[in-house]
Amino acid sequence: MFAYYARLGLRSLRRNPALTLLMIIAMGFGVSASITSYAVFRATSNNPIPQKSAQLFAPQIDNWGPARAAENGGDPPDALSYADATALMLAHKAPRQTALFPIAPSLVPSDPNRLPFRPLSYAAYADTFAMFDIPFEYGGGWTAADDQAHAAVAVIGRDTNQRLFGGANSVGRTINLDGRDYRITGVMDTWNPQPLFFDPVNTSGFSDAVQLFVPFTRAIDLQMPTAGDTACNQDTGSGWEDFLRSECVWIAFWAELPSASEADAYRQFLQGYAAEQQRAGRFHWAPNVRLSDVTRWLADRHVVPPESRMSMLVSLGFLLICLVNTIGLLLAKSLRRSGEIGLRRALGASRNDIYKQFLIEAGTIGAAGGLLGLLLTGAGMLGVGLVFDPNIARLVRLDAVLIALTLLVAIVATLLAAFYPTWRAAQVQPAWQLKSN
Amino acid sequence: MTWQTVTLQIEPILAALRKHKAGTILITLQIALTLAVVCNALFIIKQRVDRISRPSGVEESGLLAIENSWVGASNDAVPALIRTDLAAIRQLPGVRDATLSDSFPLRVGGRVTGVRLDPATDKAITRAAQYSTDDHALATLGARLLEGRNFRSDEVATADSKTFVPTPAVIVTKALADRLYPGGSILGKSIYLIKNGTPSTVIGVVEQLQVPWPGSWTDAFSDYVVLTPIQLTDERNVYLVRAQPGQLEAISKSVPQALFRTNRMRVIPDRRGVRTFAEVRAQAYKTDIGIATFMGAVSAVLLIVTAAGIVGLTSFWVGQRRKQIGVRRALGATQQSILHYFLLENFLISAGGVIVGALLAVGLNQWMMGAFEMKRLSPLYVLLGMLLLLLLGQGAVLAPAMRASRVSPVEATRTS
Repeated sequence: MFAYYARLGLRSLRRNPALTLLMIIAMGFGVSASITSYAVFRATSNNPIPQKSAQLFAPQIDNWGPARAAENGGDPPDALSYADATALMLAHKAPRQTALFPIAPSLVPSDPNRLPFRPLSYAAYADTFAMFDIPFEYGGGWTAADDQAHAAVAVIGRDTNQRLFGGANSVGRTINLDGRDYRITGVMDTWNPQPLFFDPVNTSGFSDAVQLFVPFTRAIDLQMPTAGDTACNQDTGSGWEDFLRSECVWIAFWAELPSASEADAYRQFLQGYAAEQQRAGRFHWAPNVRLSDVTRWLADRHVVPPESRMSMLVSLGFLLICLVNTIGLLLAKSLRRSGEIGLRRALGASRNDIYKQFLIEAGTIGAAGGLLGLLLTGAGMLGVGLVFDPNIARLVRLDAVLIALTLLVAIVATLLAAFYPTWRAAQVQPAWQLKSN
Repeated sequence: MTWQTVTLQIEPILAALRKHKAGTILITLQIALTLAVVCNALFIIKQRVDRISRPSGVEESGLLAIENSWVGASNDAVPALIRTDLAAIRQLPGVRDATLSDSFPLRVGGRVTGVRLDPATDKAITRAAQYSTDDHALATLGARLLEGRNFRSDEVATADSKTFVPTPAVIVTKALADRLYPGGSILGKSIYLIKNGTPSTVIGVVEQLQVPWPGSWTDAFSDYVVLTPIQLTDERNVYLVRAQPGQLEAISKSVPQALFRTNRMRVIPDRRGVRTFAEVRAQAYKTDIGIATFMGAVSAVLLIVTAAGIVGLTSFWVGQRRKQIGVRRALGATQQSILHYFLLENFLISAGGVIVGALLAVGLNQWMMGAFEMKRLSPLYVLLGMLLLLLLGQGAVLAPAMRASRVSPVEATRTS
């Protein structure tokens, strides 16, 4: 029976080739624009550390006062001052925590014929590796004792290990950063969470893989400036020590708080810390603190580009219009075929048979639209690189889920569009149509 | 077609449309939605094009930017390294001038400073971008000095960014000068780049220079720039090089080579390390250009789909009504009045569609203003969109209507 309806359907489609083509093309474009936009949205709104996103928290402390916070809807600065970051480290109120900031040391290869290079690097504490579930190919992170000792140790990325040591186990060997030697404690396996959840402030969320970590305490000793933003609300004085004492914000902070009660306790602690600063006369305002988990942190930093949402919205509008277009055309077609339907009904076809016939016909259009949509989505994936940053574009890939989604959306949308026209067709009274009209 | 015949025709058209209620509603809805989306898409394009076409203030052809950072050089050693580099660059063939700066227009990344006239006020009058550079900056960038003078070479100091103090002499852009001293001259006046800091005297005003960031967060100060004669020693710096006419391609190879010949202990990034200003501009506005193109493509396809939909639906209606048309023709209706009938029918549907669509367009814009950084849709765009869709409808219906008008009166006698 199916084959028969399919044949009837194809014959009907062939009768109006231009119209059939129009429906297929409209559906193809509508679906591919929507799926391509969705692919970008999916990549940029990705949860980069799903197993821990509800346990990792970034605190914010208002050290600039309500006037500045009001410019951001009451939100405290999105980084911490050195004073606050070190105070939180010292308090050690979370099972694991780290202050971190991007640095830009140059790696000097031991081979004098090769040029120095600058991989994406961070200064952080020892807890970082366990907190962020960083996988290791060789060795591991440094220890809390190394943090205490301001030790010259480093963790390097797989690519850097490839570049410097040809991929061999380099644990215990040294690398040269800006003319100083560091002992390698571990080589990370491939690790590149995107968005880069722990530092969306300085990377806008998307970056190359991090290739180097050194101890925070060491970086401060060496007066390594941040490679990211420094925001100050007043004169910073002169020199490194003054800078550390200033209220400039430039440090990210993460705490691992495995349970809701620990998160609440940490919130209380932050509140208490800010109150203490107020009593000490450093803050002249009531405590204004925030504690955000990974998801909330990424959302509040607006990691998903507005263009991604905008193009998704417009694409969905586009798809909706293509749908209305298809409903109208299918309706006109089915009404024109009243005579044929009447004849088939009179010859014994049930309403159900009419439903089946029309829905199979529509499904065929949907499937064809889906296939065209798939081709166009493939082209759209290449187009993503023309609109978005290369770091975002390379995250957007056509995978099995998207392929299935493209076909599914096209077919379901066309079937939905066919529903009303089919119902109208099924209402045709055979007797009416058989009278000469 | 006189007004009377128009009103005479409306009655039967409305009667016919009532018979095709679902089809009429669908095509009205399609026109309305198309108008809503196309209006907003065109408006987005307009906003992005406005953004892209802002002048940078730089003479853009023939400018090269090289990002440079030192490896293991102490802050004290850097000033001499910079001098050697600049000398090496300037003596290369094809180079007209060269300067060192911490940033430049559209670079993405640089320093924002607050500008005050009273050093004690809490809140600065405005924010501005600060370019720390030297006496060759104006000539290299191709920025035009309107008033005052350029920096002298003896005014150029060196400092690391942590011991940075405001320089005694600064040059500002005309836009910033007008913001600080509307109607008056800023030359010789003092401005403060730091709260309770030392004053800086404005010695010159340049016509135009843009801030390093193309994004909308700088819209409030996109032309407010302060040039300070200071070479920063601890940050990634940029060598800006002005090529002799036609020499840009040659020097984009020879300058980095010369720099590495002078000193190998430096990093010029593989990506975005050496860029012509054309590349700088394309990268800075990539998303704006991309989203405008996307919106343009969507609008074009949407208009085609809707036009084709109108053609398709009207063709069906014409096919369905051949007999009635034949009867009207047999009763004396001219070909022209049949044509007019269908044009008018489409006009009524389209008019309904664009009225609903105008409301939808404004509603969509309102919603997008909340969700994105979107300005209020100008009524001009809605009117233009309405006109466009009315014309599109009339254009689309023309072919089926012509076919209808050619239906022979004989059709009246046929049974279908």
